Amino acid sequence: MKAFTYERARTPAEAAAAARVEGAKFIAGGTNLLDLMKLQIEAPAHLIDINGLGLDTIEETEEGGLRVGALVRNTDLAADQRVRRDYGVLSRALLAGASGQLRNKATTAGNLLQRTRCPYFYDTNQPCNKREPGSGCSALGGFSRQHAVVGGSDACIATHPSDMAVAMRALDVTVETVRPDGKTRSIPIADFHKLPGDTPHIETALERGELITAVILPKPVGGKQIYRKVRDRASYAFALVSVAAIVQPDGTGRVAVGGVAHKPWRIEAAEADLPKGAKSVAAALFADARPTEQNQFKLTLAERSIGAVLAEAKG
Amino acid sequence: MNGVQHALELDTRTSLLDALREHLQLTGTKKGCDHGQCGACTVIVDGRRINACLTLAVMHDGDSVTTVEGLGSPDDMHAMQAAFVKHDGYQCGYCTPGQICSAVAVLDEIKAGIPSHVTQDLTAPVQVSEIELRERMSGNICRCGAYSNIVEAITEIARRPA
Repeated sequence: MKAFTYERARTPAEAAAAARVEGAKFIAGGTNLLDLMKLQIEAPAHLIDINGLGLDTIEETEEGGLRVGALVRNTDLAADQRVRRDYGVLSRALLAGASGQLRNKATTAGNLLQRTRCPYFYDTNQPCNKREPGSGCSALGGFSRQHAVVGGSDACIATHPSDMAVAMRALDVTVETVRPDGKTRSIPIADFHKLPGDTPHIETALERGELITAVILPKPVGGKQIYRKVRDRASYAFALVSVAAIVQPDGTGRVAVGGVAHKPWRIEAAEADLPKGAKSVAAALFADARPTEQNQFKLTLAERSIGAVLAEAKG
Repeated sequence: MNGVQHALELDTRTSLLDALREHLQLTGTKKGCDHGQCGACTVIVDGRRINACLTLAVMHDGDSVTTVEGLGSPDDMHAMQAAFVKHDGYQCGYCTPGQICSAVAVLDEIKAGIPSHVTQDLTAPVQVSEIELRERMSGNICRCGAYSNIVEAITEIARRPA
């Protein structure tokens, strides 16, 4: 690990201001950042510990939703009675991710900011446009079974690893931030994560020093809420494909898919086909898919997973 | 640390795991993968199990840390340690301190009503079952494959009246 200086911030504004410095990074749970720092994939010169900022409560909003503090741990968000009752898809997605130890540390904001688990991103001996812009993509033409089938580019076919973010995309949450100049803003989750394009190293809409302070869950939308994750092991593995769905009694609803793209994959227009069944929905979701030979199975898997979710919603 | 206060001056890079092993000579906690994948370094911080390898010591100023040494000793074993011995819940023993710290915390998590991936009904109280224990212990890898006996050991403690 490269040497770094360390400070504890006391307020969100103070943390954001401190992060103006080149090479500064926030640390909260640290479960992904420290992993990457040990491999020198991340090498911040300065760490700002934000664990003392508060931001660890879940409060009801005037609109009837919930304001989830950035530092609420994954365990606590999943176990919150209001989340379990009204946002079941979010509880389920959180519980499908990582291990008990990691969920006890990992935060809501940190989960959104997870880096990809593409093995070429992790292997510093291989070119990777995300790790070293302009060096090339080793996954294209390499082992690409786990990679994106849609929304990728010639520069990157990495996937976003989060389960939580897929559920949050289905729930249409908003991300609240504070910038180094003290100004705050709200970013819809649909705009938060970026597709790779020519700049796969730019993964979110956040600017330098911008700190996530909360995630706003809108008023509950009811319906059957299901998170189905398909992976190589029954537990403690990243998704090959996952489906976050909210299905209403009349068969309408929302579907977001994980494990298939650089961001949680949701196309609102595809949801009009929900009453027609999984085949139509998947065809609309993946009309622009560009799978590799090794990962084209994900298209079939996604369609069947959506089908299984729709069947479960009816049952 | 296990009820004793320590003042340490450490490089900011020192993980909690290295602080325990290299600076406090608490070598019960093991370094397996050092990347949060194996669970051998599991310790209990302020009542919750975490991977000691994926957190910086400097981030735990004032926290209360329990390691396997704090749970019990050879002469006065914790009930979970005794159950692991009784059920032969290990072979080489390297993952065992992490397994035991995790198991103790898992039972507290179930008691606190925290659901898991396999909990059928998110709104009903959580019940102890083999499938619940297996899911909740999935962050602790045992290369010798002592899983069945580990589940039996934890089940015995879970079913024992408090």
